[in-house]
Amino acid sequence: MDFDVIIIGSGPGGYVTAIRASQLGLKTAIVERAELGGICLNWGCIPTKALLKSGEVYEQLSHLGDYGLSATGAAFDFGKIIARSRGVAKKMEGGVAFLMKKHKIEVLFGTATLEKGAPTPKVTVALNAGGKRTITGKHVILATGARARTIPAIGLESDGDRVWTYRDALAPKACPKSLIVIGSGAIGVEFASFYRALGAEVTVIEALDRILPVEDEEVSRAAHKAFEKRGLKFRVAAKVTKLSKRKTGVSVALEAGGKAETLEADVAIVAVGITGNVENLGLEALGVTVDRGHVVTDGHGKTNVAGLYAIGDIAGPPWLAHKASHEGVHCVEHIAGLKPSNLNAPIPGCTYSNPQIASVGLTEAAAKAAGHEPKVGRFPFRVNGKAVAAGEIEGFVKTVFDGKTGALLGAHMIGHEVTEMIQGFALAMTLEATEEDLMATVFPHPTMSEAMHEAVLDAYERVLHL
Amino acid sequence: MSIEILMPALSPTMEEGTLAKWHVKAGDTVKAGDVIAEIETDKATMEVEAVDEGVIEALLIDAGTENVKVNAVIARLAGEGEPPSASVASRQTPLPPEGGERSASAPPPEGEVSSGAKQPATEGASPMAPKLNGSSGERIFASPLARRLAQAAGIDLKSIAGSGPHGRVIKADVDAARGKAPSAAPAQSGAAPASALPRQHQSLEQQGILAGSYDLVPLDGMRKTIARRMTDSFRDVPHFPLTIDLEIDGLLAARAKINAMLEKDGVKVSVNDLVIKAVAVALGRVPEANASYTPEGIALHHHADIAMAVAIDGGLITPIIRAAETKGLARIATEAKDLATRARDKKLKPEEFQGGTFTVSNMGMMGIRSFASIINEPQACILSVGAGEQRPVVKNGALAIATVMTVTLTCDHRVVDGAIGGRFLSAFKALIEDPLTMIV
Repeated sequence: MDFDVIIIGSGPGGYVTAIRASQLGLKTAIVERAELGGICLNWGCIPTKALLKSGEVYEQLSHLGDYGLSATGAAFDFGKIIARSRGVAKKMEGGVAFLMKKHKIEVLFGTATLEKGAPTPKVTVALNAGGKRTITGKHVILATGARARTIPAIGLESDGDRVWTYRDALAPKACPKSLIVIGSGAIGVEFASFYRALGAEVTVIEALDRILPVEDEEVSRAAHKAFEKRGLKFRVAAKVTKLSKRKTGVSVALEAGGKAETLEADVAIVAVGITGNVENLGLEALGVTVDRGHVVTDGHGKTNVAGLYAIGDIAGPPWLAHKASHEGVHCVEHIAGLKPSNLNAPIPGCTYSNPQIASVGLTEAAAKAAGHEPKVGRFPFRVNGKAVAAGEIEGFVKTVFDGKTGALLGAHMIGHEVTEMIQGFALAMTLEATEEDLMATVFPHPTMSEAMHEAVLDAYERVLHL
Repeated sequence: MSIEILMPALSPTMEEGTLAKWHVKAGDTVKAGDVIAEIETDKATMEVEAVDEGVIEALLIDAGTENVKVNAVIARLAGEGEPPSASVASRQTPLPPEGGERSASAPPPEGEVSSGAKQPATEGASPMAPKLNGSSGERIFASPLARRLAQAAGIDLKSIAGSGPHGRVIKADVDAARGKAPSAAPAQSGAAPASALPRQHQSLEQQGILAGSYDLVPLDGMRKTIARRMTDSFRDVPHFPLTIDLEIDGLLAARAKINAMLEKDGVKVSVNDLVIKAVAVALGRVPEANASYTPEGIALHHHADIAMAVAIDGGLITPIIRAAETKGLARIATEAKDLATRARDKKLKPEEFQGGTFTVSNMGMMGIRSFASIINEPQACILSVGAGEQRPVVKNGALAIATVMTVTLTCDHRVVDGAIGGRFLSAFKALIEDPLTMIV
């Protein structure tokens, strides 16, 4: 055996797993066909946050008067915004390269395929630099991630020019004047938010009856209103029947409430979910069980093939970087014979639109459906001192407790920088805190996090500032 | 420095088990790979191997102790070349969690950890051994929610062994102690404690049977599990049987041909293998029968994971042919044979007998003509297969002789109504009576 662990894919699932494996004394190799850090660092989480910051600063310029300031000649250089975002990605990729070196992890740049081997599958890498190399490992972990789902039959696939996926939308040549975003999940809403901040006319189409359908209904409603205030337009409960390219732009035919409608724009972004990268790895020949684009695994990331594991996006939703890292660490600790951390820890989700959205655990509706009798608390930022001082009064915090046990079942937030606060509730849930512990925790004044405290108090009719 | 040997988890869902037997005693020298103990769960017995060399300093749990929590300290080992000491162990050396992976996944000895790798401080800390008889002033590590739940249920936290980080008592531990699975996440079949028998028993003496007139065989883990699961199922699941006769002369002829073909590979297909294949294909045609009742809705399983009842010493077990609809007869036959052999040797891993979607129970080899099995929860259906025997049948108004096999499908009426069960049996009958259609 050449290695103890071979990891295929160097996204936040793969590279974090590799570091943990190395910490545990396992000889580790990682295979990457494109850039270290995967989609997250290069074409996802990180570069979009760079774009959104540019959009947010630019949007702030139009509100300078609120703060007693004025400036003239506000403008943006689209090329420079994109260049900054690419630079940020490049820098982070360099960081991963450093970490691999520091932990003595062998990096192979190339495309991996698996073949039957004993006792575990062999990995053959078609090296990007030319040639092939076959390596063997006691354990092989698939962390190949996922890509945008496309529906070619109705035109929902990238042409790199007028029909984009997230990848095209991150580095286009010019800023579109008008844009149709198909799909109102986190990816769709973030791009809609960014391009709207730069002045594009943006319409978001959602097949379900509300935007951000995985979030709590109250948050979806508040987000819808807040986005409309910024000039975004929505079509919900709308089914796209055909996306067609025109000479200059695109037209999208849709049906909503029995009525057909056609929208036109310069560009369309397809954000209708993602699908696991399960192809061309040799999984069929190995007999790996794959269900609807995702590899089926047990509680420790094991597939049905001995010595083969899968973690992160390829192993199914939620498709989040931190979920991939968590699964990878769990998987490799299990391999090393440790008692690994709880795989079922609550996984927070964040959307970096303006305003931001963050949540963890069950929505109120999901809590009811699961048989709980929830106690629900809410607190709006408009009466929070820090929020008023900062001029960021939009949004609220909502908590969902089990009425019988006081267990925190879920928390939902919308507002300025709420993505930086949700870990407080994630920590409480992981440690199995009750409402009593959260009430007894001191939240610093003045901060927006005081609204978290108040939302806990409100669930038990003890809210102070309302 | 002594090393703590912890109760291993034999499966992801295992929470406790019986320490059936010690193979070593205090003072014995062991080396990595030596079998030191046997652990028994509901249905499997597994050997525990030493991962370090050294001298057994103390065995902390007696052989035969039931309900030993996963990660409880079961023995202490003095490192090689060190005198046995009574000092508290300071290094965690968990045993690899699953027998099959032991050699591949054992943590490397400390000397082999690469120089650049740092062990975070938390991993060096000693795990909290469950202190069942802690003195009154002692701090008990428990999550706030666990404290509240234990108080509400009137359970003393000191009586609960914690499974959280450093032995912290968490919600799941209290739920287990209450003998009740968390409501939002129904427990898997193997996870509920075996001790939760539903009825209060009057003693035999109270019922008039003289003391000393019988021998008492203690209930082992498997017997308790069978007792609990069968009682729960028969009492709680509204079940009904559907019976149908199948003519299997065609099937027997096909089997003879198949076996002649497979002889060179040393594979022999049994009638039961053909039944499993036919069930898997029939479930593909009537997917409503491949289902489970849950309070949230009817779970329709994507694969036909066929559990087959195997009688073993002291009870029975149901190993599973996974995704049988995707497997050929030769593979089903090979897997079934391997699973049955290892089942009889009690060498099955928990994941090999937990989580099937449909069960086949065959008592034909014992001459049973027909019978109706008890639902194997959470599966909606179980098929009871009787003996194939020559019987008189009426064909075109005249008596004839055919080889006939009677099968009975027991259905969970919450999920599978009579019409669904009937459609499944028709599909199954068609496949059995014309086996060529199985490959179409």
